[in-house]
Amino acid sequence: MKTDIKLAGVGGQGILSIATVIGEAATAAGLNLKQAEVHGMSQRGGDVQSDLRLSTEPIFSDQIPLGGADLILSMEPMEALRYLPYLAADGAVVTSSKPFVNIPNYPEENALLAELDALPKVTRMDIDAVAKGLQAPRSANMVLLGMAARHLGILSPADLRTAIRTVFARKGEQVVADNLKAFDAGYEGLQ
Amino acid sequence: MTEKKLLLGDEALALGALHAGLSGVYAYPGTPSTEITEYIQQAPLARERGVRSRWCTNEKTAMEAALGMSYAGKRALVCMKHVGMNVCADAFVNAGVTGVKGGLVVVAADDPSMHSSQNEQDSRFYGKFALVPILEPSNQQECYEMMAEAFRLSEEVRLPVLMRMVTRLAHSRAAVTVGEPLPQNGLEPDGERTRWVLLPGNAKRQYAALVASQPDLLARAEASPRNSLALGKGLGVIACGIAYNYVREVMPEGISLLKISQYPLPERLVRELAAASSELLVVEDGQPFVEEQVKAILGAGYPVTGRLTGRLPRTGELNPDNVAAAFGRPAPAVHAPAHNLAPRPPQLCQGCGHRDVYAALNQVLADFPTARVFGDIGCYTLGALPPYRAIDTCVDMGASITMAKGAADAGVHPAVAVIGDSTFTHSGMTSLLDAVNDGAAITVILSDNLTTAMTGGQDSAGTHKFEAICLALGVEREHLHVVVPLPKNMEEITRIIREELAYKGVSVIIPQRECMQTLARRNRQMRATQ
Repeated sequence: MKTDIKLAGVGGQGILSIATVIGEAATAAGLNLKQAEVHGMSQRGGDVQSDLRLSTEPIFSDQIPLGGADLILSMEPMEALRYLPYLAADGAVVTSSKPFVNIPNYPEENALLAELDALPKVTRMDIDAVAKGLQAPRSANMVLLGMAARHLGILSPADLRTAIRTVFARKGEQVVADNLKAFDAGYEGLQ
Repeated sequence: MTEKKLLLGDEALALGALHAGLSGVYAYPGTPSTEITEYIQQAPLARERGVRSRWCTNEKTAMEAALGMSYAGKRALVCMKHVGMNVCADAFVNAGVTGVKGGLVVVAADDPSMHSSQNEQDSRFYGKFALVPILEPSNQQECYEMMAEAFRLSEEVRLPVLMRMVTRLAHSRAAVTVGEPLPQNGLEPDGERTRWVLLPGNAKRQYAALVASQPDLLARAEASPRNSLALGKGLGVIACGIAYNYVREVMPEGISLLKISQYPLPERLVRELAAASSELLVVEDGQPFVEEQVKAILGAGYPVTGRLTGRLPRTGELNPDNVAAAFGRPAPAVHAPAHNLAPRPPQLCQGCGHRDVYAALNQVLADFPTARVFGDIGCYTLGALPPYRAIDTCVDMGASITMAKGAADAGVHPAVAVIGDSTFTHSGMTSLLDAVNDGAAITVILSDNLTTAMTGGQDSAGTHKFEAICLALGVEREHLHVVVPLPKNMEEITRIIREELAYKGVSVIIPQRECMQTLARRNRQMRATQ
């Protein structure tokens, strides 16, 4: 059993924290894992992505092949679309619906969301608004992870909650509580 | 006792080096190598053992200091991105001639596809050029384990060992089983002056000995368990370093596979593979280093394919898709690219001082249509992109000042150089001395954000010393200015730039304001400790 995830966003949105939590959960569950990141120049307001591969079997390539991703998990709707050629035929897209506009030629929002919604399996939510509503504005990425939890067959929501506690423990109880609250909101928001 | 840790390839190298009894790491930051040194700087074991780990001024000073530590009998590590090898090549190549005492491992992190670089040169050529062993791990576990092997090999053959990495391995995380640390070497300086004093008489003997050691290095590579041959039928594949993973991901059943992770290229294994196969495919990230050698070993009659023949792309990094295509079975995308998509290039941060520098420069240079601006390597290279489009060149570390000088020598006026603080101490100081000695009519903007920002905010070697350095190099006091790049100071900054453009000699303007990222980090840390 394997789950290949393409994580996407804009530099600074916190996609690597999502990868860290999933990575922690996968390690604790005894799964094999590879997570390829691109560091450096692209951190600054540019597009960023990370390939996260989880499997019960050994994993060779650090990169996900075209048409191989079971899930695109994106902090930004246009960035979700950027990696469509990597999505498997029955793959799911879980994304924030709120555009992050820092370029002059950003596509028209309604057309962008319509293209997203035309895909077979799409879940989108304004995760920034949800996180703000919870008084945890810095935890939007955990709302997204909560939304994704239903598509991560290889890990249970309980695994992910435990990993959130482990990963954020050194930042204090408040940060852990905020992130768990955000995760639950994302998870339950879909019921 | 063993335990499992989730590590980047870079971190696995770092921990491998620490566990191999490292005494010092010497490095200049550069993507994708930076995390090796950062990991050691944070590691409790390094602190406990007093492992030397501060950033160096450039890759050449790093290489030489590491060679000095090796001379003294201790294990030393040098880390850099691929283009850093060009900077330290003098020391690296000659360290092959002197040889080493304590183990000396040089990590060169190549960047195929140029994610954060200006070329995709393949560092393995440097290893062959210097006639030293090269190791090329294929995964994170090998990064960890092969570091101890590299130090042992270095001490056994008394040569530096080059460890070649690529971005995808450096920046990819996986679980690594780690072991117990070895003790560090004691202080034991070498006494053999005939090895270390490379006067021609000694150098001739040393170089002959280096050449004579090549059959031993080859025999070691041929016996290395890191090079493994599995024979099948039909096609034979040679997979180097990380390429092994892509091949394993997509290869058809039953073919022959030779994995290469230690060089010199094990000729015997290549011949065995060729004898059992009808044709060979060489899969290697970077340049066709092995493909060329295999062609030479097997002769023109044997069919060898790879990057040179177009079976794999000649440029750019390997991935499971182009390797699958080389096996004749591309994995086609099931979803077409989206329509509502625009490129999102990186950009200077909001509030960054470089923004104010370019705003001022563009405002003044609007009145000088013949002006040319020579840029350099750093965040401020992003000034080439909209909205500023402010620089005309960016070539290599330090080139801004020297290229501006050469262009000014040829008659370009105004000739402006834009260089960052860390790049200036890395390779710009000698450029500035040339310009001063020639009285070149150039205006240097030394944009000082008090850090090495591009790679994530490492300490910059010249912080708080730039005025003193410029004065000592001969820049005249009245043509040296420090300003604070903020919108409210625009009038003052543009006036100074205008005045100095009119001066027919060397001027240096230092816009000085802390990087927004390091400032934010410092504020977060302060809040956390309060």
